[in-house]
This record gives sequence, C-alpha cells and structure tokens, in this order.
Amino acid sequence: MPTIEIAGKQVTVNDEGFLTVYDEWSEDIAKVLAAQVDIELTPRHWEVIHFLREDFKKEGESSTSRHTQTVGGFPIKEQFVLFPKKPAKKMSYIAGLPKPKGCV
Amino acid sequence: MKKLLVLGGGTAGTIVVNKLARKLPKDSWEITIVDQDSQHIYQPGLLLLPFGTYEPKQLVKKRQSYFPRNVNFISARVERINPEDKKVYLEDSRILDYDYLVIASGTTPRPDQTPGMNDPRLWYKSVFDFYTLEGSIALRNALKEFTGGRLIVHISEMPIKCPVAPLEFIFLANAYFKKRGIREKVELVYVTPLEGAFTKPVSSQALGEMLDQRMITLEPDFVIEHIDVETKTLVSMDEREIPFDLLVTIPVNMGADFVARSGLGDELNYIPVSKRTFLSENFDSIFVLGDASNIPASKAGSVAHFAIDLFAENFVEYVQGKPMKHDFDGHANCFIESGDRKALLIDFNYDVEPLTGKFPIPVIGPLSLLKESYLNHLGKLAFRWIYWNILLKGRYLPIPSLMSMAGKVQVSIMEKEKQDAHN
Repeated sequence: MPTIEIAGKQVTVNDEGFLTVYDEWSEDIAKVLAAQVDIELTPRHWEVIHFLREDFKKEGESSTSRHTQTVGGFPIKEQFVLFPKKPAKKMSYIAGLPKPKGCV
Repeated sequence: MKKLLVLGGGTAGTIVVNKLARKLPKDSWEITIVDQDSQHIYQPGLLLLPFGTYEPKQLVKKRQSYFPRNVNFISARVERINPEDKKVYLEDSRILDYDYLVIASGTTPRPDQTPGMNDPRLWYKSVFDFYTLEGSIALRNALKEFTGGRLIVHISEMPIKCPVAPLEFIFLANAYFKKRGIREKVELVYVTPLEGAFTKPVSSQALGEMLDQRMITLEPDFVIEHIDVETKTLVSMDEREIPFDLLVTIPVNMGADFVARSGLGDELNYIPVSKRTFLSENFDSIFVLGDASNIPASKAGSVAHFAIDLFAENFVEYVQGKPMKHDFDGHANCFIESGDRKALLIDFNYDVEPLTGKFPIPVIGPLSLLKESYLNHLGKLAFRWIYWNILLKGRYLPIPSLMSMAGKVQVSIMEKEKQDAHN
C-alpha cells in the first residue's frame, strides 16, 4: 500500500485514501483530511471523531451510522449536517479508520 | 441425555436439525426445535410471485414435515433466553433448558421503524414490501392495476435479507411493464443508501450498467428519514425528496425482539459471533446460524447452507472438546434475475468480491458469472425443487462449501483485458 505525507508525517493509505494503520492517525492529520472533503472541524465534529476512534478500538470495525446514533448518541440527521452527503464514509475517513463495510 | 435446542425453524434451523440428527448419536442426544408458526415459506419465490410466476400455495409448506422424526417440535413464541442458567423462557410460560443452544431466528422487515411507512393510508395501498407473503400478494394485485406513474424500489438501510433482490425486482418490473406495453408510461427509480447499485466495485459497476440500459434512474446515498403520507414522498436525512405513485420498499431489517430482550444483540438485534465458527462471542454454549448473527456476509439462504455444512462438522468436534477445524470463509452464491427469462450468477466470500468468469458445476456445465444467460434463469427456477428436496434436508449438493477461484477472472486480469482492448 502507498504511503503519503500528511501534516508532515508519513502515513499508509489504501487506494481510496483511507488510512490503514490505526496509530498513524493524529488530530493534525484529521484536520487535513477534513479540509480535503471541505469540512471545517468544530468541537461537535471532534466529539464524533473521538467516539469513532474509541469505538473502533473496542469493536474492531468502523461504526455504522446507526451504531454512531444508538451507542454514540449522535442522531443520523445530525451526522448528515456535520458530514454532508456521505456521513458514514466521511466520518471514517477523517477519523483514520477503514471505510465501513457496506454489508453484501 | 445431552440437550440441543434450536430456536427458529426456517432455512438455517431446518438444515441444522437435519444435519445434526444424522451426526449426533440418538441414544445420547435430544434435539428440540422451536418456531412460532407452522408455515415454511420458500422466500426466493416472494420476489417472483408479484409478477405471476408462482401462486402463493406453491411457496408454502408445513414446517414440521421437514424435521426428522426424532426431533421434537414446539410451536411457541420465545420470551427470552437466560444464557447464564441455560434456559429459554417461552411466552406461554413453559421453560426449556439446554446444554447447547442454536439461535436461528433470522431477520425480519420492520416498517414500523420508519415514520410514515406503515401508515394505514399507504401500507399495502401504495407502499409495499415483498419479503412477506402478505406483502408479496398485495403487491401482485397492485402491479396488475398499475397503469403508469413513478414506481420506486427503495432500500431503507443495510444490511437487508437477500441484498440483490431489490435489484432483481426492478429488472423484473422493467420486463413486466414492457410485456404489458406500458413501459413508456412508467418511470422506474432505484433508491439506495449505498454509493452505487450494489456493494462491491466489480458487481456494482456491472449492475449499474444494467440499470442504465433499462432506463432505470439510480438515486444513491439516500438515507430515509420518513415518508410524507399526504404527498406520498420519500424524505431523506439531508432533506432530499422523491415523490412516488407506487413504492416497493425494503424496510429496516432487524433480528428477533427476544434477542434484544435477552440482552444478546447489537443495535439491530444481531448477535455477535465468530465469523469463522458462529460461536457466540460471549457464551460458549450458544451458536448463531443464518441471518440472526452479525457475520459480515449476505443474509441469504445460500450463506446459511454453506455455513451449516461446516458448522455441523465443527459442532461434533466441539461437543467432544476438540478444536473446531472447519472455518467458514463467507461463501455465498446467488442467481440474479434480470428479466426476459435471463439471470446472472454471482459467487463470492468475505475476501473475494463477485467476479466475472465461469462457475464450474458438474453435469449442467459451467454457468456464466456476472453475465446474463438463459441457463442461469433455468438454474434459478430449478432451485425451488432443490431447496425443498435437497437443501432443507441437509442432503449432498455438488457445490463446495468454501469458495473456489476456479473459472473466475481476477480483477488484475480484467483490467489488463480492458487495456488490451483499448490499445
């Protein structure tokens, strides 16, 4: 997998640009990734991102929108306001987690 | 006597009791299966019934007649499971105890989860599901009377049972309206929370092209918030609106409510298990088979069938205290009806997405993968006989439980072929 430099740090990414190594992520990197999808991070965004990072550590997979609503307490409607159009994908992208599996 | 208790007598539960009744010694094992009713429905038929392929009576058989004689059947609803005491409480206040429990209670469409969806002014009048016998019959009648307007096929949220069925439905609807000579009066729209027609890249592209060829509009990334009952409009979380004349929806799918009452499920009542062995992550006497678990595979009968081939071997090892050696790889295959008596076949697992190529099968000959053919359509129709006579009874089918790469064209080769064609 290719490595690229983000915020002065080498990180491993997949062909869609998602970080593939959990510990290579940092808040500075998140800011750059967010800017790439035209999102300016507010304190509420950070709450979501920190929930997703913690939840991934516990569950071993990226949270779905419903899981983020039920367990994290962030209503899906709000996820769409914070991360427009494709919240599940954008949230994982910024949080340095794999794209959530669209179950087959 | 050791007690094996199975909750759910659908596809998974029925195959399990048939397999294990043969494998476990009769003098030391008592097998009991519980279900809330006596109707076993051939669910793949519910897709075709609205288009007149089947009559309802062709799709329903008595559940009990598919269980072996030495298996006890209890007709009751489950109140909850107490896994610490290894007891199952039934709603009629009977209590069943077990040494090993298999949960095979499936997944069910839940229109009540989306505001407006099951409003009596719309439900089974202009809004239908087809994953239930009642819904499928009501939809058949509505299609007969439909003379034009916008027909939407809509997925509420993933995962759903048989994830290709909604695509098949819209392909079949296209062929159906063509045959009736009113295709140009019908606007067909496919609305999905996914990014494209399907989940994995190769098949998503192939199926997306098939939508284009049939003049079917794709509305991706649409997560429903509610249905506006007055204006008959789908409204999304980000306030997109799509009005309809006839809505064929796949409601949110959820596992059984007794799973939630027992504290065993995730937010959709699916039970966390090992995706290789189906052993519960939390209780060493509970296995979960079929659609009821949280494994990242299709919720479909073919997955249950392949999974249980391996589970039956594992279970015999497990109860003898041996390690389970038959890991499941997520193998699934299914026919996708595309209309005009043609179908595609896809074959895939946890790691390998559906690919093009040929699927080797003895006697009948190789079937085309991810490509329409009449032979695949015949395969789909023949499957009903196979289901009742071979699959449910746990008899041998000449298709391996683990996926094989034989005949498949790998993505790297496909890309090279495309380049060669280009040059």
